[in-house]
Amino acid sequence: MVERIDSYPTHEHDGYKLRTGRPLPFGASLVPGGVNFSVYSSHATACTLVLFEKGAAQPLVEIPFPDEFRIGNTFSMIVFDIDVENTEYGYRMDGPWEPEVGHRFNKDNILMDPYAKAIGGRDAWGKPPNWDDPYQHRGRLVFDDFDWENDRPLELPIEDLIIYEAHVRGFTRHESSGVKHPGTFAGLREKIPYLKELGINCIELMPVYEFDEFEHSRPNPMREGEMLMNYWGYSTVGFFAPKAGYAATGVLAMQVDEFKALVKELHRSGIEVMLDVVFNHTAEGNERGPSISYKGLDNKVYYMLTPEGYYFNFSGTGNTLNCNHPVVRGMVLDCLRYWAAEYHIDGFRFDLAAILGRDQNGAPLANPPLLEMLAHDPVLAKCKLIAEAWDAGGLYQVGSFPAYGRWAEWNGKYRDVMRRFVKGDTGLIGEVAQRLQGSPDLYALRGPTASVNFVTCHDGFTLHDLVAYNGKHNEANGEDNRDGNDDNLSWNCGWEGVTEDPGVVALRQQQMKNFAALLMVSQGVPMILMGDEVARTKGGNNNTYCHDNELNWLDWSLREANAEQFRFFKHIIAFRHAHPALRSRYHFANRDYVGSGYPDISWHGTQAWAADWSENNDHTLAFMLCGKHAKQGTAQDDYLYVAINTYWDGLPFELPGLPSGMKWHISTNTSMSAPQDIFAPGKEPVLDDQSHVIVGGRSLVILVGR
Amino acid sequence: MDIHIREEGGVTVIKLSGDLDGKTSGEAQEQILPLVHPEGRLLLDMSQLNYMSSAGLRTMLLLYRKVSGSGGSIVLAGLADEIRDTMSATGFLHYFITTDTLEDGLAELNAATDNAAPGSAAAPGSAG
Repeated sequence: MVERIDSYPTHEHDGYKLRTGRPLPFGASLVPGGVNFSVYSSHATACTLVLFEKGAAQPLVEIPFPDEFRIGNTFSMIVFDIDVENTEYGYRMDGPWEPEVGHRFNKDNILMDPYAKAIGGRDAWGKPPNWDDPYQHRGRLVFDDFDWENDRPLELPIEDLIIYEAHVRGFTRHESSGVKHPGTFAGLREKIPYLKELGINCIELMPVYEFDEFEHSRPNPMREGEMLMNYWGYSTVGFFAPKAGYAATGVLAMQVDEFKALVKELHRSGIEVMLDVVFNHTAEGNERGPSISYKGLDNKVYYMLTPEGYYFNFSGTGNTLNCNHPVVRGMVLDCLRYWAAEYHIDGFRFDLAAILGRDQNGAPLANPPLLEMLAHDPVLAKCKLIAEAWDAGGLYQVGSFPAYGRWAEWNGKYRDVMRRFVKGDTGLIGEVAQRLQGSPDLYALRGPTASVNFVTCHDGFTLHDLVAYNGKHNEANGEDNRDGNDDNLSWNCGWEGVTEDPGVVALRQQQMKNFAALLMVSQGVPMILMGDEVARTKGGNNNTYCHDNELNWLDWSLREANAEQFRFFKHIIAFRHAHPALRSRYHFANRDYVGSGYPDISWHGTQAWAADWSENNDHTLAFMLCGKHAKQGTAQDDYLYVAINTYWDGLPFELPGLPSGMKWHISTNTSMSAPQDIFAPGKEPVLDDQSHVIVGGRSLVILVGR
Repeated sequence: MDIHIREEGGVTVIKLSGDLDGKTSGEAQEQILPLVHPEGRLLLDMSQLNYMSSAGLRTMLLLYRKVSGSGGSIVLAGLADEIRDTMSATGFLHYFITTDTLEDGLAELNAATDNAAPGSAAAPGSAG
């Protein structure tokens, strides 16, 4: 091989051999003989690279960028003979300190590279940092030669996904998990067989970008010796770095490899990996917050500022990332490309995504360039893009989020109406029918795959608590129960909280089965919350963002204690996988277009072929899917019939007739206890009475015609 | 880092002592990679290895790729629990057959040679 001329230094500083670098790619990249550092700032006047030996208080060397190493607004430099594993780096930026016009340069601060691919300083979760260290979050260098073998993102059709929303630490931190490294990527990897048994095929991880669990940490007023902390992690320190504290090997700075090994193993098990990404704000807070990186590098570019230089607060957390500034847009794109290409991530869920559609003054854009760019990007072309289509500034875009044929949404309206319907609220039949069909009223042109259906998520009650509490119980958060959502649309089934009353306990179990079954028979993309499959409780706390304790840790003994719940979830998930008719990419046509004699979907009630849409009917709804129309007639499926009764007493439903030779079999009846509540696909017994079925009070029946 | 190399019944036994990290990986590669021959058998005695860094993990994987690419076999013997753990968590362990002792390692390599068709590398172990 011919030796490259650029592997020789041209400059020297304090014994370090240097050469002019390449502006692209931004960040620190390993190159022959050294490391290429590239950073940009629109308003800085000078920049100095600061190198540390790993963990050292004082810098090893400070190397000012010579003028000739600057192209445009970028500073780039190759430093030779760097010990990749033992070096940390940062920058000093010189420029004006004029907060009133948005500039906050201060060359006394050492700033983290926004493109840092690994970040030191919080290497082990919860280990108190050295607060005297002026450089808390330190850029580190990483090898980018992970051996993926033949792995790549799975590219499962989005309509076939069943998403499981999980927190890396919460999943295995509880001692009952029995894993070798509780609360880590490695621990999660050890539990993949559990996920496979449950049957989900996509895990959505709550934030894994480096964050500071000590941000706003404070003593827990309710539990002596414990801290309340930034447990969920919705406050990013660095967008390109996996959280070191989530890696068993974080103290060895191997979090990059450990997370990649997890992704590779999940893929090998047929499970996609989706990341919950928080591009609406950073961990730097407002005027009073710390200067970690962006503030000191280019405050006016990275943040939405008021004309007086204060921070707009559309995120509810102090600042708002200036996502539609062309430079920030570029960083977001670079970041997502990096995770898709380097980590083989299958999709992204964007926290408070409505903010991504606001202009630099906060006004909603009709055609937000960032969203358009992500939708059309070649690297991201097969990634799932899912928006939380609202923000804390009052912009609510469920059904109207700019989609470009790509974006799906967390369907908040699905959650709300299903909660109300199952608890017995009236006047909802028409809307429920829309939600069951993938919300064609909201997504007429986008199809059912635009709708991520869910009843619970990390934010709010768990499924168990949704049927066990009328109100939130957030005292443990230390704010006198003022924090958290008051509008939970929940019903405790007759007693607030823990009870041994067998009637209440049975009704709760039945209601949880109803929710699970509704989710799995709805068109769209179902998402379940970690632990709901074993009826996890948070004791009525609906905002556990700050708890590093049992409120957030999955107790694995529930797998046995609530075996009936787990069994139901497992079978109802298998039911969805078994029936392509439930997983259509396109909306129903409400007619027969394959010549089966049945429309693709037909609506029924207590009388077959006569759904009652009138105001007199508050409680009953049934529908049938014609198996010959599954996947627009390209897949073979059974006929499916779902009858829902939210009335308190049982009601007979007349069954629609099947093509001759077929019989109705009973798959699911939520009014029954295990094992009569649900049968594994293919094992459903024939229904004795082929003309009627009794649907018990507050329950749901699913029949399979074959 | 100390590297000691000997032959034992057609198997190249390499003993690594000390730390395999960014400072020593270069030297380890220089010494060990030339020992890889078509269908050769390598036994790495890891019992005296104290620490393996990211660069060390890469050195091991590079060695595995070279050996399996030339139709040979490689076994790691006597890995300390902590190093095995690190290799497992980072996804580097499953490439390798590992044994507790050198004797078991030798037996493993002899069995692999007896059973396998010429030129095929031993299957990676399931551990990790």
